[in-house]
Amino acid sequence: MTVRVQHEDFEPGVEIARLQREDAGAIVSFVGVVRGESHGEKLVSMTLEHFPGMTERELERIAKEARSCWSLQGVSVVHRVGNLKPGERIVLVVTAAAHRRAAFEAAEFLMDYLKTRAPFWKRELRASGEHWVEARGSDDAAAARWKRD
Amino acid sequence: MKVLYFAWLRQKIGRGEEAVDLPVAVRTVGELAAWLAARGGGYAEAFADVKRVRAALNQEHVDFAAPVKGGDEVAFFPPVTGG
Repeated sequence: MTVRVQHEDFEPGVEIARLQREDAGAIVSFVGVVRGESHGEKLVSMTLEHFPGMTERELERIAKEARSCWSLQGVSVVHRVGNLKPGERIVLVVTAAAHRRAAFEAAEFLMDYLKTRAPFWKRELRASGEHWVEARGSDDAAAARWKRD
Repeated sequence: MKVLYFAWLRQKIGRGEEAVDLPVAVRTVGELAAWLAARGGGYAEAFADVKRVRAALNQEHVDFAAPVKGGDEVAFFPPVTGG
């Protein structure tokens, strides 16, 4: 299980290859990329702030939860912070499992939970100035659908 | 106790962290938020709409009813927007 928060870019191919092993027949990866448009405006750049310490702990808690729900051979989560330009990679989730279903589901679960629990905040620089990104209700709904009780 | 602020709360309050001597009357995260808001200025602005504020106690998400004690670390921040 790997969890990293870093300023520098990551190489998806390298991260995927890290989880390659003979008992993992399925590796699923998700790469989030900074969109070049927001609220109908051109995005100049985005700055990601986080809560050092809690971010890593929260990502580890989320990864552990995924491992308790699905049989996984490996999990990697890499999230960038600092200043990012449109088109740059921002987040990576890789899951490895014996079969594809667990790998797909766990990757989606990790992204849904990361978006509603990991303490990151985005500030956008657009033509009209700086704006903090507002949390979306649709993200809460996406995370809530994994709850079964 | 250590209190941390992130994102627009940090901007409004003008600092990212501070040491606070916890008054006896403050027993929960919510009471701490109300006590800080009563300082006025940027604090009042930051906590004007507590529905927009989330909290962590010792680096774990909690709701405003969570009890606090001296030595705790409490963080206030907007709903998260990573990913």
